Amino acid sequence: MSVADTMTADPLARPHTDSVAAFVPDQSRAERTASFDVSAFPVPTGREEEWRFTPVKKLSALFAEGASDGLAWTDSLPAGVTVSPISASDARALGILPPQDRAAVVAAASAAAVLVDIPAEAELAEPVRVVLTGSGDTASHGHVVVRAGRHSKATLVLEHTGLAQHSELVSVVTGDGSDLTVVSTQRWSDGSVHLAQHDALVGRDATYKHVGVTLGGEVVRLNANVRYAGPGGNATLLGVYFADAGQHLEHRSYIDHNAPHCTSRATYKGALQGATARTVWVGDVLIRAEAEGTDTYELNRNLILTDGARADSVPNLEIETGEIEGAGHASATGRFDDLQLFYLQARGIPEDEAKRLVVRGFFADIIREIPLADLRDEITAAIEEELASTAYASANPAANPAANPTAPNADGQTVTKEN
Amino acid sequence: MSTLEIKGLTVSVETEDGPKEILRGVDLTVNSGETHAIMGPNGSGKSTLAYSIAGHPKYTVTGGTVTLDGEDVLAMSVDERARAGLFLAMQYPVEVPGVTVSNFLRTAKTAIDGEAPKLRTWVKEVKEAMGNLRMDPAFAERNVNEGFSGGEKKRHEILQMELLKPKVAILDETDSGLDVDALKIVSEGVNRAKGSSDLGVLLITHYTRILRYIKPDFVHVFVDGRIVEEGGPELADRLEDEGYDRFTSSATV
Ligand SMILES: Nc1ncnc2c1ncn2[C@@H]1O[C@H](COP(=O)(O)OP(=O)(O)O)[C@@H](O)[C@H]1O
Ligand SMILES: [Mg+2]
Repeated sequence: MSVADTMTADPLARPHTDSVAAFVPDQSRAERTASFDVSAFPVPTGREEEWRFTPVKKLSALFAEGASDGLAWTDSLPAGVTVSPISASDARALGILPPQDRAAVVAAASAAAVLVDIPAEAELAEPVRVVLTGSGDTASHGHVVVRAGRHSKATLVLEHTGLAQHSELVSVVTGDGSDLTVVSTQRWSDGSVHLAQHDALVGRDATYKHVGVTLGGEVVRLNANVRYAGPGGNATLLGVYFADAGQHLEHRSYIDHNAPHCTSRATYKGALQGATARTVWVGDVLIRAEAEGTDTYELNRNLILTDGARADSVPNLEIETGEIEGAGHASATGRFDDLQLFYLQARGIPEDEAKRLVVRGFFADIIREIPLADLRDEITAAIEEELASTAYASANPAANPAANPTAPNADGQTVTKEN
Repeated sequence: MSTLEIKGLTVSVETEDGPKEILRGVDLTVNSGETHAIMGPNGSGKSTLAYSIAGHPKYTVTGGTVTLDGEDVLAMSVDERARAGLFLAMQYPVEVPGVTVSNFLRTAKTAIDGEAPKLRTWVKEVKEAMGNLRMDPAFAERNVNEGFSGGEKKRHEILQMELLKPKVAILDETDSGLDVDALKIVSEGVNRAKGSSDLGVLLITHYTRILRYIKPDFVHVFVDGRIVEEGGPELADRLEDEGYDRFTSSATV
């Protein structure tokens, strides 16, 4: 059964330009291929449901098989946490989720996996921090396996920087009653390409939070997936992105409610600035027949700052049982709210600062979920830098809408579809 | 001593059938220390007058002048008008998600003064002003107008007025929707601001009730986009007894 509930209009989003695309998926999310076998995934053409928004032509290096180096890895580990190589078979024995697209399966096949191990019952006062730095535009692959032991409480920060063509699988397995937060920042240099699948198998009564922060890179596609190892799990997937001209930033979330009495929230917010800025959010939620007592809600909001930018927003909610606590979604895309700007300016605040306040406020509820003050400040500052960098310099008159067949009008627009 | 001078102001809004004239020649002068009440029926253009002075983009000034101490207000951006000393307490204050009251107040104060307020004295000042308006200190950490009750929104407007210390404040139906207790609290705030500075007040209201707490020096009856009668406080008493009917019928003849 497929359920579409009402799109919730957001006061921030007015005026908005939703149009509902007439796309009907040919299969349930449950039927999508998931496998460790590279040959199970043909090289994408761009016509596939899961690739139809993505500029696949720029990604061929990451679809090709072949050994490669990884990124430079620098870590800071609290006492008790270890980092060590792990074989593919040992990783699979932990219960990691299988790759769900060509890029992820190639990453798993090509990279030497690394295990970040957080011992059972460890309550880490400091975060585990890993900085992954690219140093060139040849293809690289990474497979990071994270095991959060039973009743542990930890935060893992993965920071992606430098110039890279990187495909990555992050496989998280959390123990019963654990509480893990993973923050992944994508602050690549211009010209970088990053395809990532970040999975979690969430333990019984465990709490898992994933925060994706994507600001830099030419093409970044981050897929965050969740499955539950038992009842009582609680998963929160969050994302913040800011796309400038020439950037394609894509976030997908897939929450597979395969166990009873689990909850999930997905909240993604993005800003777009520049005529060719492009963002995509696809949020899939599948509530299986056995997932009684599920409570889920997903939300995507996009703030279009200049003409010509395009945000696609696609919530998909499949419900196979009536015995649920709640399931909903909302999606809204709009420009600055003139009334908000008027109100702030009427208190003497100049227009550019008023816009900064509104953007900061727009992202505030997600930034607040990042448990590290220094990282929060850093990200807030980075967002404000993005905002200032091309600060409404112009709605670039050189941008010719005819040259961009995917953006049929020069106005900022969004395409929203739901199933 | 400041003077807000409005002369021959005509204003229109864009509608589906083209521009519609709402203000049809408004003349009004507000000096420091004076309180002017503008009273008129719903839809007569009171908010249009307030918004036009503040510079709301929805309204197009088609004629006339507005000056503050001789400076052309209509040539200023919205924020410049506020920095020049104008303040509008809005009939419908706007929610700003994710921006806390304390951040908002500090940012506004910094913009108005041209420098950040000294932290210690500022915090004390905000606390005291909130206390005077019987606002819970927790209020400062809530997002601007988000989930505020009607009364909380209005108190928050007056809080801003007291902290930003404008030369002339326009209060657009600040009294509407308030119970008597809240009305008294808000009125005290206005009277405090008048007492501590030489504030000029343009008090827009639909009802005479607030004039028991804020004494006007002048009363203007506003009908169909213009002032149709002016007088002292006694005019408010007449309106209380007779309503607007006399004016609306004469205006439509
Ligand atoms: N955008 C608009 N389109 C059409 N008419 C408008 C618009 N905005 C205001 N008006 C009209 O202008 C008149 C004055 O409104 P307003 O200034 O809000 O009056 P008041 O504050 O006195 O109740 C009303 O008749 C209202 O319907
Ligand atoms: Mg009004």
